[in-house]
Amino acid sequence: MMRARVAYAGAIHEATPLSMQPGGPSADGDIRLADGRILGPREVVWLPPFEAGTVIALGLNYADHARELAFNAQEEPLVFLKGAGSLLGHFGFTRRPADVKFMHYECELAVIIGRPAERVRRARAFEHVAGYCIANDYAIRDYLENWYRPNLRVKNRDGATVLGPWFVDAADVGDPANLGLRTFVNGTMTQQGNTRDLIFDIPFLVEYLSSFMTLSTGDVILTGTPEGVVNVAPGDVVACEIDGLGRLINTIAADDEFGR
Amino acid sequence: MIFDVPPYRLSGAVYGALLNHRSAMGVFADEAYRPPYNAPPKAPVLYIKPRNTLAVQGSIIRLAPGTAEVEIGACLGLVIGRTACNIQESRALDHIAGYLIVADVSVVHASYHRPSIRFRARDGYCPLGPKVTARAEVADPDALSIRTYVDEELVQEASTADLIRSSSRLLSDVSEFMTLFPGDVLALGAAAPAPRVRAGQTVAIEIDGLGRLSNPVAESRS
Repeated sequence: MMRARVAYAGAIHEATPLSMQPGGPSADGDIRLADGRILGPREVVWLPPFEAGTVIALGLNYADHARELAFNAQEEPLVFLKGAGSLLGHFGFTRRPADVKFMHYECELAVIIGRPAERVRRARAFEHVAGYCIANDYAIRDYLENWYRPNLRVKNRDGATVLGPWFVDAADVGDPANLGLRTFVNGTMTQQGNTRDLIFDIPFLVEYLSSFMTLSTGDVILTGTPEGVVNVAPGDVVACEIDGLGRLINTIAADDEFGR
Repeated sequence: MIFDVPPYRLSGAVYGALLNHRSAMGVFADEAYRPPYNAPPKAPVLYIKPRNTLAVQGSIIRLAPGTAEVEIGACLGLVIGRTACNIQESRALDHIAGYLIVADVSVVHASYHRPSIRFRARDGYCPLGPKVTARAEVADPDALSIRTYVDEELVQEASTADLIRSSSRLLSDVSEFMTLFPGDVLALGAAAPAPRVRAGQTVAIEIDGLGRLSNPVAESRS
């Protein structure tokens, strides 16, 4: 089962893909609202596909990306938190400040907690996972400072954490440790990786996090991004794909669209 | 937490500033120019207290396994009343509904470079309260005394007059890149050195006009 949350004609609805293709629903396929209405994907406003609680993100969790940013092997995952205001749905717009030189996307597998997890061992970790979606977790490197990295001005910006399009039930995702990820900027592939290359895998992360923080239903773990992050500019269309989860599309917007 | 002024309840989002009290930045006066920091911070240094950390008056703070004490960041917290997005410092107070005490509890850690979230995001490590005091009842949020007691002994006395970014300035600077919503809390930053509390002791924080927030500290669960 895959479902989206969309706003349409005065209400928020659950929506499902009208038809499936091998590898997941197409990005331009019609959707069906729970009340039976069938609509094109651009006729609705896509929201993050679930009510997110705590948003937990991983830095440098792919060996190649860690190398790309010149980091050494870690003993402990690099984890940071994000606030609800940073979240955005499919087909949304993310502001790029005029004065920055390096803003980049990060295509990530998002793991959605379905059942409270307190001191869970890795062998039972997947019992607490409800499903998955795609995340595009933007960063603006110009604002990186060396205090409590990554600082919120880099990683917790309004509308810079894109989630969706679909919440996909765990049962419908084959092996979450073997999913291809790809990012396209204006149709050109710029990033490619596979979740098999995660340094800290999903069971490890659930065990690690739940050892000190109780995870609740709706909490979400963004598991990190592989190498291949490039600068994006206003007008660029960024599409993040993960095998079986669909394609998450986002457009970079300039300051003037936000009255700045 | 329900209170008597709009928006009447907290959203559950709690953000806080570090190194915003002159004494806290003073600890890093020399180090700030050396690796790994290389320069003093320009933007506010912020943290997030996720929902598993949220706690109330009287709730137990448990030590992390293998630790003997916790640090208490005694802070004034702003409760947002009106959506604050890219607001001017001169209008910032209009966006505040009220104030409360925030105990930003953390495992003692020396490095502020890239600390693990297990220091600050543990279950129960953010007591808030004991109530929300309406903005109108506080004459000047930038002239409040914050007193911290361990087992009734005064161990720290600080003032919000010594903040590097005042309440209005911090709210304005933060809102430039992240919108704060009604019921969100922004903690303004604690003084240093932070009081440390051991198992069996009780920490209490008082702020002028806001009441007293007290929480016992206990051993970790084995």
